[in-house]
Amino acid sequence: MPAQTALPEPLRARPVPRPGRWVSGAIVLVLAAMVVNALVTNPNFRWDTVWLYLRDVNVVRGVGWTLVLTFGSMAIAVVLAVLLAVMRRSDNPVMRWVAWCYIWFFRGTPIYTQLVFWGLISVLYPRLSLGVPFGPELLVFDTRTVITAFWAALVGLALNEAAYLAEIVRAGLGSVDAGQAEAARALGMPESKILRRIVLPQAMRVIVPPTGNETISMLKTTSLVVAVPFTLEITYATSAIGSRTFEPIPLLIVAALWYLLITSVLMVGQHYLERYYGRGVAGGPGGRRRNRRPSRQAAIRAAGTTRDDPFAEVTP
Amino acid sequence: MSDVQATPMVEARGVHKVFGHGAEGLHVLRGVDLAVPRGSVTVILGPSGSGKSTLLRCLNELEQITAGSVHVDGELLGYREDAQGVLHRLHPTRIAAQRSRIGMVFQRFHLFGHLTALENVMEAPVQVRGLSKRAARTRALELLDRVGLTDRVEHYPAQLSGGQQQRVAIARALAMDPELMLFDEPTSALDPELVGEVLTVMQDLAASGMTMVVVTHEIGFAREVADHVVFMDDGAIVEQGPPAEVLDRPSEPRLQEFLAHVL
Repeated sequence: MPAQTALPEPLRARPVPRPGRWVSGAIVLVLAAMVVNALVTNPNFRWDTVWLYLRDVNVVRGVGWTLVLTFGSMAIAVVLAVLLAVMRRSDNPVMRWVAWCYIWFFRGTPIYTQLVFWGLISVLYPRLSLGVPFGPELLVFDTRTVITAFWAALVGLALNEAAYLAEIVRAGLGSVDAGQAEAARALGMPESKILRRIVLPQAMRVIVPPTGNETISMLKTTSLVVAVPFTLEITYATSAIGSRTFEPIPLLIVAALWYLLITSVLMVGQHYLERYYGRGVAGGPGGRRRNRRPSRQAAIRAAGTTRDDPFAEVTP
Repeated sequence: MSDVQATPMVEARGVHKVFGHGAEGLHVLRGVDLAVPRGSVTVILGPSGSGKSTLLRCLNELEQITAGSVHVDGELLGYREDAQGVLHRLHPTRIAAQRSRIGMVFQRFHLFGHLTALENVMEAPVQVRGLSKRAARTRALELLDRVGLTDRVEHYPAQLSGGQQQRVAIARALAMDPELMLFDEPTSALDPELVGEVLTVMQDLAASGMTMVVVTHEIGFAREVADHVVFMDDGAIVEQGPPAEVLDRPSEPRLQEFLAHVL
């Protein structure tokens, strides 16, 4: 029997009636409209005040400081986290133990408490000195001038975040098939290059989504630096205006709207990062397992090395 | 000169490998002696669990041997023996340098998933040899052409069929100009119709004079390409010799049984 190549008339059929979908959709839409209505029409929210202070110079400056704290602490935290994750995988038991203790301590105590302590560091240690333990001092600093409120806030946030990120990086490194490192080893690549060139880039696919999550979380956590106290970021800036003008609610909304806007921008950035690190993975970025096989299948077919039989299951 | 020619490319003596420690340790290799002459093709056959893959992995230090010695190109692998006969473990960078002269092809390809076929082949020459990107690229394109993949250079591994991935893996190993190529069941993960393309590339490679050690179940390949066939069982070499002898007139009952199952 000759193979049929011309596509016949595609099947046309009436869909299954699903009245439940329409009803549930309508109910949810009505509920959503009620929420929007309650927000927009309530005069207590003072939307005119919100709009006015949204562009206030102190508020915008607060946004700037919040961004500096967020990205600064995340940058430090990422570097530290990779270091900690590598230490946890080290053959050296001292390295493993120190990394474990670091993560145990910084995840195990509240960030607020940690920030208070960083704020108090100049009281606890008025002088910072570099030297031999129990021996002579080589370099001496006055703590107050070296660690200002800003640096205390930045370092406090970074050290705490590094502990969480270290676990994310460790999970990412563990997700890369051991065969990748082995193949690189067989080619004569040194271990440091295997990590940097082969394992880490592939681990990024697993590391980026939760790290994006952590960044968004960090954006809001920066409001806790009032514990240091550092008082220039957006939450403190807006609440200061709010208590001065006796309008706390509209200014809370101002801060919330700014957080929402920055989060939206971050989500876009995360999308592109995920796409970049998802390259080479069948099923595209995110690589949902469900999608994986068909696209692998399609790729193999497209490669044209297999027999031209649409019913052949090709397992790569 | 004749002395250099006489030194085998690979010389394994009394190799033992135990995984784990003490009484629970798994004794996988039990005193293997193997000599692979330069430019020859040695095929290692044996039932699964016979230690043939482990032996191969010991030939480039992916596994550290428990006892015995492995020389590749006259050089002791993994150790340095001083004048008093004391062994010193080599620094990892020295071991990496030794490995860089030995190519390895894996059953499951292990192509770098985040790099294209071309980048996969370029990676080691650039990162290990310090070759310029331009030179590495030219060489990589040559090698990909040699394995018949000129039109797939920009594809990622996931976009290639198993046979194509394995051919890229061979090109990747060849990019380091190895003097020895190890193949660990290179066709076992492939669909039957894709086995041929990989075996053809290996056959061409053998014809070009490359020293090869191949762990495989492809008896046909052993018969046609191998100079020397080694049959392993239970961690030891049971029988070895030219393919015509070992495959057609096996003397060991265990080999006879194995061949009866495979053929």
